[in-house]
Amino acid sequence: MRLYVETSPASHRSHLDQLEDQGVYILREAYKHFRQLGMLWSIGKDSTVMLWLARKAFFGHVPFPLIHIDTAHKIPAMIEYRDRLARRWGLEMIVGENRAALDAGMGPAHGRLTCCRALKTEALKHTLAGTWPRQRMGDDGVYREEVDGDPFTGVIVGARADEEGSRSKERYFSPRDHNSDWDVTDQPPELWNQFKTDFAPGTHVRIHPLLDWTEINIWEYIEREQIPIIDLYFDTGSGTRYRSLGCGPCTGHVESTATCPSDIITELRLTNVPERAGRAQDQADTYAMEKLRREGYM
Amino acid sequence: MVATSLPASLACPAARETMNVVIVGHVDHGKSTLVGRLLADTGVLGDGKLEKVQSVCRQQGKAFEYAFLLDALEEEQGQGITIDAARVFFRTPRRDYIIIDAPGHIEFLKNMVTGAARAEAAVLLIDAKEGVRENSRRHGYLLSMLGIRQVVVAVNKIDLVNHDQAVFDEIVSEYSAFLREVGIEPRHFIPVSARDGDCVASRSDKLPWYSGPTVLDAVDGFSKQAPGANQPLRLPVQDVYKFNERGDDRRIVVGRVESGTLQVGDDVLFSPSNKTATIASIEAFSATPSTSACAGRCVGVTLEQQIYVRRGEVMSHRKPAPLVSTKLRVNLFWLGRRPMTPGKRYRLKLGTTSTDVTIDHIHRILDASALDARVDKNQVDRHDVADLVLRTRTPVAFDLAADLEGTGRFVIVDEYDIAGGGIVRERVSDELEKHRLESRIRDLAWVRGDITAGQRAEIKKHPASMVMFTGAAGTGKHAIARAVEAHLIRSSHHAYLLDGKNVVLGVDADLQFDDIDELVRRFGEVAHILLDAGNLVISTTNVIGLADHMAISTLVAPFEVFVVHMGTEAEGTPEGADIRLDANTPPASAVNLVLEELRSRGRLKPSGW
Repeated sequence: MRLYVETSPASHRSHLDQLEDQGVYILREAYKHFRQLGMLWSIGKDSTVMLWLARKAFFGHVPFPLIHIDTAHKIPAMIEYRDRLARRWGLEMIVGENRAALDAGMGPAHGRLTCCRALKTEALKHTLAGTWPRQRMGDDGVYREEVDGDPFTGVIVGARADEEGSRSKERYFSPRDHNSDWDVTDQPPELWNQFKTDFAPGTHVRIHPLLDWTEINIWEYIEREQIPIIDLYFDTGSGTRYRSLGCGPCTGHVESTATCPSDIITELRLTNVPERAGRAQDQADTYAMEKLRREGYM
Repeated sequence: MVATSLPASLACPAARETMNVVIVGHVDHGKSTLVGRLLADTGVLGDGKLEKVQSVCRQQGKAFEYAFLLDALEEEQGQGITIDAARVFFRTPRRDYIIIDAPGHIEFLKNMVTGAARAEAAVLLIDAKEGVRENSRRHGYLLSMLGIRQVVVAVNKIDLVNHDQAVFDEIVSEYSAFLREVGIEPRHFIPVSARDGDCVASRSDKLPWYSGPTVLDAVDGFSKQAPGANQPLRLPVQDVYKFNERGDDRRIVVGRVESGTLQVGDDVLFSPSNKTATIASIEAFSATPSTSACAGRCVGVTLEQQIYVRRGEVMSHRKPAPLVSTKLRVNLFWLGRRPMTPGKRYRLKLGTTSTDVTIDHIHRILDASALDARVDKNQVDRHDVADLVLRTRTPVAFDLAADLEGTGRFVIVDEYDIAGGGIVRERVSDELEKHRLESRIRDLAWVRGDITAGQRAEIKKHPASMVMFTGAAGTGKHAIARAVEAHLIRSSHHAYLLDGKNVVLGVDADLQFDDIDELVRRFGEVAHILLDAGNLVISTTNVIGLADHMAISTLVAPFEVFVVHMGTEAEGTPEGADIRLDANTPPASAVNLVLEELRSRGRLKPSGW
C-alpha cells in the first residue's frame, strides 16, 4: 500500500473539521432532547476523543455524567488515568460493575463471550437502567454508592463504523428496546441531520457521534487537538504498545515503536491488520460482535 | 458578506479529502458485489478479511461471494441480501472514500434513503440482463429528491449478455430518458462485470467497444461540492446555552451554518420572531477565536443585545431573509408502515424547528417506480411519492429547496419514528400573510429608546407577554381576567387589562363593526405597543374569538401569547388554546391555575420577589 501525503485542495473545511462539526452537532442534539443523558467512557482513544468533542460542543463544560463500566480486569493504569482526568476536567463520573458475577469469580476462563456478557453487557444494562448500584465520584474525588438512580434515556457511545461489520450498519441515533436489544433488521430512517429523538417509555437511544471516523481520523484529531490520551497506546521502551484497549487478559499488544500520535498515523497508513485483531472476544465466533451488540453491548 | 481568510486552526493540512459515495439500484443487480470487488481490487481490505470470509463460507458450505465482505449481519449472509446500508472505507491516490452500500430490496427502502442521504455522489447499478426495473427508477427518483446530482450508471453483469454492446446501448437509451425526467444527467454509463472485475478498477479486453472510464476512474472524477459560503446566511438555532452553575455567564446561541458566512459585527435577523441583534463574538473551546464561520461549521455566538431567542428560529442577515408561512407545497416520499392520511397530526422537523403538521391538500400521488402512473387516492402509502400542501400549527421559517437545500428540506415524524421526508417547492400564502409582513416591516423600522426589551424585563423582573381569555359570552372570562390583573398588580407586576371594547370605542371609532380583519389588526397593534412597554397584557373581548388568536400572535410576535379558553368539557380544548377552564370554575381557583401556568412558563417574577 502506498503512503499518501498530499494535502486536500483549499476547501474551507477539512475532513477533520467536517467530522468535528458532525460530532458537535450530534452531541448538541442529544443534550437538547434527552434529559437523562450520559456518555460511556471506556478510557480508550475513541471515547476520549468523544469526551473532547463534548468539551468543544459545550465550550469547556461537560453537562452530563460519564459512565464507565469497570470489569475489574481493566489495566490498572486506565483507572488511575480516568480519575485523574475526571478531577482535572471537573467531570461527573459514574462507575458500574457486575458485583455478583465478580464475587462469583467471573473471568475469561469461563469463556470469553460469557465473560463479556456478564461483566460488560449485563453491568452496562443494569447501570444504565439504574437497577444496580452505581458508584458516583464526589467533589472530593471519592466514589460513593448511589442506589435507585434514574434510568438513562440517551447514551452516547464512541462506536465507529469502520471497526467491524455490525457497527458499519449503525445509525447516529439508534433505538434500543426495553431489554436494551438492538433490532438490526428494522432500524428507523435517518436523513439530513434529523435524528430519532422521540422514543417510547422504557426504551432508550444510543447516540454515536463518531460513526464516520476512521481509526486514522481519531489519531489525526488527537494530534491536531493535542488531546491527553492514555500512554498505553504508545511504546514506552518495550517495543510494544496497545492498539485497542480493553480488559488486560483479552487485549494483546502489537509490535510497534510508535511513541506519539504522528508515529501511529504513519504506522496505520502502512498496515493492513484490522484494529480489533488483538481483541480476543471478536475471534470467538463469526458473528460474535453482532450478537453481543444486539444484546446491548457497546 | 465577504469571507475573510480563515485562521490556521480551522484548516488542517494533514487530513485528506474524503467523499461519501452511495451505491444504489434494484435488488440483486450486484451492488455489494461491486463494492466488495472495489475493495479487493484496490487492496484496502484488512489482512485476513478476504481469507476469513472465504473460510466462513467453506465452514458453512456455501460459495464465496464478494458481497459477503459487506453483508456483515448474520441474517444478511443467511438470506444473501443486504438489509442495511454499510459504510465501507477505502482510499485511492486521489482521496479517501466512505462507500455506502445501500440495500436494493423494496422492503429496506428506508435504509437505502438513510444511506443515500449521507452521500455526495452516487453509482446507480443496473443488471444488463434484467434491464431497468422498478427500483432502478425509484432509486433514481429518490436520489433526485435527496439532492444528489453527481451520478454514474454502472450496467453490471455485462458478462451474462456476452458483453453485447447492443444490450448496453438499449439500457443507456431507456434509463437516460427516465433520469432526464427526474432531473438527473448521468456523467457516464459504464459496462461492468463486478464478478469478473471488468471495468471496476481496471479496463477489460472483453469490452473493446467501450472507451470510457472504469467505475473507479468515474468515482475519482466526482467533484467535491463547494460549501455554500456565498449563499445567503442561514443558521437554524439549535440551542441557547448558559452554564451559569458552572461559573460561565456567557449566553451562547449555537447552531450549524447551513449556508452563507457569518461574521462578528453582522446585523442578524431571527425568523419567524423578527428579532434583530448584532453578533458580538464567535465562541470556541481550545481553538483560536475566529471572526467568521462559513457554511457547514457548527458555531456558538454571543449577541450584543440580550434578546430571547430559542431553538427553531433561523438566523439570517436582514436580507435576504427566509420565507415564513404555515403552508408549504412540498414533494414528499413516505416510508412509514402506516399510510399518511389527511386529518391526522404528524410532527414536521425542518432545520431545528419541530411543529405539528397536517395534510392541507393532496395535489397528486405518484408511484415512484413508474412516475407517469398517477394514482387516484386520498392517502400516501408506504413508498409513494406525493405532491402536497402541508399545514403547520405554528409559522415556520424555511427556504425553497431549489434555492437553499439546508433549510428547504424536512422530515415527518409519525409517533416516535421518522416516516417520511421531502423538499419544499413553494410557499403557499396563508391568511396571516398580511399580518406577518406588517409586523416584519414594523419591527425592522421600529424606533427604540436606549433600553432593550431584555433590559426592561431584567429591571421589571418579568418579561412582557400576553394572556388572552377566549370563549363565548357569559362564560365568566371578564371576571377572571380582572382578578388576574388585580393579583398581578398587587404582586408588583406591570400588568394591564386590555378589554377589546375599549379599543372599539376609541381606536376603532371610524370602523364598521363587521370589519373584523381591521378590528383584529388594530387590536393587535395596540397590544403590541403595551407589550413593547414591558407589560403583561391581559386581554378579553367578545369581538375577537379564538379563531383570530393566530392573527394576534403574529402581530405581537416575538412576545409570547398564552391563551385561556373558557368552555365546556364536552367541547374539549380547542386548537390554539393553551388551557381550557370550565365556565363554572370558581374565580379564585381559576386565577391560581392561570398564574401557576404562567409561572411554569417563566412569564412571572421568580418566586421570592
